[in-house]
Amino acid sequence: MRWLLGKDLRILRRSPALVAALVIYPVVVALLIGLSLSRAPATPRVAVLNEVAPGATSLQLGSQSVDAARYAQQLFAAIDPVKVRSREEARRLVRDGKVVAAIVIPADVTRQLESAVNLGGGARPMIEVIYNGRDPIKSRYVESLITSRVAAANRVLSRRLTQVAGGYLDILLHGGDFAVLGQHFKVLGLERSRDIVDTSLTQLPPSSPARRRLQDVARFAQLAIDNLDLSGQLLSTVSEPLRVQRSVVDGRHTSLEIFAVAVAAIVSLMLVTLFLAAGLLALERQDHTFRRLLRGLVRPAALLGEKAVLAGACGVVVAALLLAGVGLFVPLDWGRLPLWLLALVAGGAGFGALGVLLGSVVRDVQAASLLAFALALPLAFLAVVPSSAVSATLFDVLRAVSALFPFKPALDALDRGLGAGGSIALPVAHLALLAAVYGAGARLAVRRI
Amino acid sequence: MPRDADQPAGGVAPLRATGIAKRFGERAALRGVDVDVAHGEVVAVIGPNGAGKTTLLEILAGAQHADSGVVQRGADGGRVGWVPQQLAVYGRLTVAENLRLFARLDGGGEIEARVAGMLTETGLHDRAEDLVATLSGGNRQRVNVAVGLLGDPAVVLLDEPSASLDPRQRERLWSFLAARAAAGTAVLVTTHDVAEARRHASRVLVLADGEALFLGPPSQIAGTDRADHDFELALLAFLEQRGH
Repeated sequence: MRWLLGKDLRILRRSPALVAALVIYPVVVALLIGLSLSRAPATPRVAVLNEVAPGATSLQLGSQSVDAARYAQQLFAAIDPVKVRSREEARRLVRDGKVVAAIVIPADVTRQLESAVNLGGGARPMIEVIYNGRDPIKSRYVESLITSRVAAANRVLSRRLTQVAGGYLDILLHGGDFAVLGQHFKVLGLERSRDIVDTSLTQLPPSSPARRRLQDVARFAQLAIDNLDLSGQLLSTVSEPLRVQRSVVDGRHTSLEIFAVAVAAIVSLMLVTLFLAAGLLALERQDHTFRRLLRGLVRPAALLGEKAVLAGACGVVVAALLLAGVGLFVPLDWGRLPLWLLALVAGGAGFGALGVLLGSVVRDVQAASLLAFALALPLAFLAVVPSSAVSATLFDVLRAVSALFPFKPALDALDRGLGAGGSIALPVAHLALLAAVYGAGARLAVRRI
Repeated sequence: MPRDADQPAGGVAPLRATGIAKRFGERAALRGVDVDVAHGEVVAVIGPNGAGKTTLLEILAGAQHADSGVVQRGADGGRVGWVPQQLAVYGRLTVAENLRLFARLDGGGEIEARVAGMLTETGLHDRAEDLVATLSGGNRQRVNVAVGLLGDPAVVLLDEPSASLDPRQRERLWSFLAARAAAGTAVLVTTHDVAEARRHASRVLVLADGEALFLGPPSQIAGTDRADHDFELALLAFLEQRGH
């Protein structure tokens, strides 16, 4: 086998264009797939007309001054803002398709907000959003984006208000200093008021008519103290009535970014290994050396094994280099390197065996490449279709089809190797079984030649 | 089937095949063909296109299985050199690298000595380091032949080796094969050029539609013994007379 390996390596070395195509093409495809899976949609360009005067962004919440501009950042975080000077300019940009929407923040929004939170009455503050109806998909995306960001800003503001209200209640309960409109007040507080009343009661004669009235005041103070003591917890509950605790019972635990890295690496492993294994075997037939070798010089299993091993090794090297390169930008757990390599080697075995099966049923390199390409990408696509995208029945069918090919188990193995939950043993065993079945199929196909 | 009484028919033949039959679906490619080749003998297989010449050679070489029949190869381990009809070497390897690879796969020692000897024998020494893909058609065919003869086999099977050669290269090839035969090698060669077969082969096997019509000296084919007779026309008349 080593002589054949040496021969194939020499031929590959003398075919730089082929090697470049075999390495660069899968890596580019893999990176594109990885990026498309890991990146959120591009940040939309949104025109922003801010009519609030530069120094008028502060609002007074009781005794505290809050900068509304800080909360506006919540709104702008997910967009690419384009500053405009007038409402007309904003509408024109939207109409011309230069921006997907425009946000108009009126000049009196801060005053309206201040009035609303201080229970001063008047209209509720409102911002205006202008959409372009010609692009409903983008409009809907921007609408939901802005709605969610406004909700987030509201939530932050609400939390701040709750803190302020809690502070007021605290002063009311325990006493302290209080400032409003530049005036400072000293508040006695319910607890100290009750203490004073209790002290006064002990100094009054039992027959004093004021004693009964003061006892009513003391009972009221105690009742208020007992109930207002719970107000902080109550306000906190009102400001954030629902909290989310994230628990995953099935599926992946790693981030989408890591999953995208696994997809990119397995796509590149698949393309390099399939193309090489199928192409190298088909090249033997195209060069008419196939029969010369198999008439006693080389055993069929050795010839098939040599192609699968060489192609798998090249695929593993390319995929490992891809992981190493991506590792410069995405935090990967290098302590799990042996698991990554095991996943890649098992994947290489599965793809290598499938590649020699493809190479054994075609007569030339072009047909082998076409067959490998036609088979590989749809299988990769099917394997990453999310369960929510199709019906349950169709998803079961897709899972069954994916299980017949190495992409899905190889992706599972590498994903788990990179840190997703679950043992790597099952997908590796799955790949070993597929490699054995494909290898046996290739051996049968070679016998027919 | 006529046979020259002087030709070997006993157990000493390094290659003997009897009753070889092969079908491809409904079509019978070979129908019970017998053939043998003796040491030092050149046997030419001739016949029209589709007669079964290549199939017979591939079965004798072990590159294809017969449906029925027996192929006996000589007592020296059955070493049979095979030169397929199409070029069967690696274009992206040099001449020497091709010879070295097949010599290693063939087993045995003294690889470099065997490669050097074959380069000299086939006149390819000057082109040893050239990529096969860069050679002329004639030189590529020489490499093809050289690979088939690498193991110094007792029997050499060549499938239309002269098809792509010019007259000078053909003459050189036949001289080479004659030298091999003179050294004791049994040579079985297919060809479309019946004049060439008559000139260089001691016996011819005439195949038509998978059937062996004649095996013997070319001069014994009916009508070809007259000196003024065209061998090709006589063969056509012979085939027509036999219903082909």
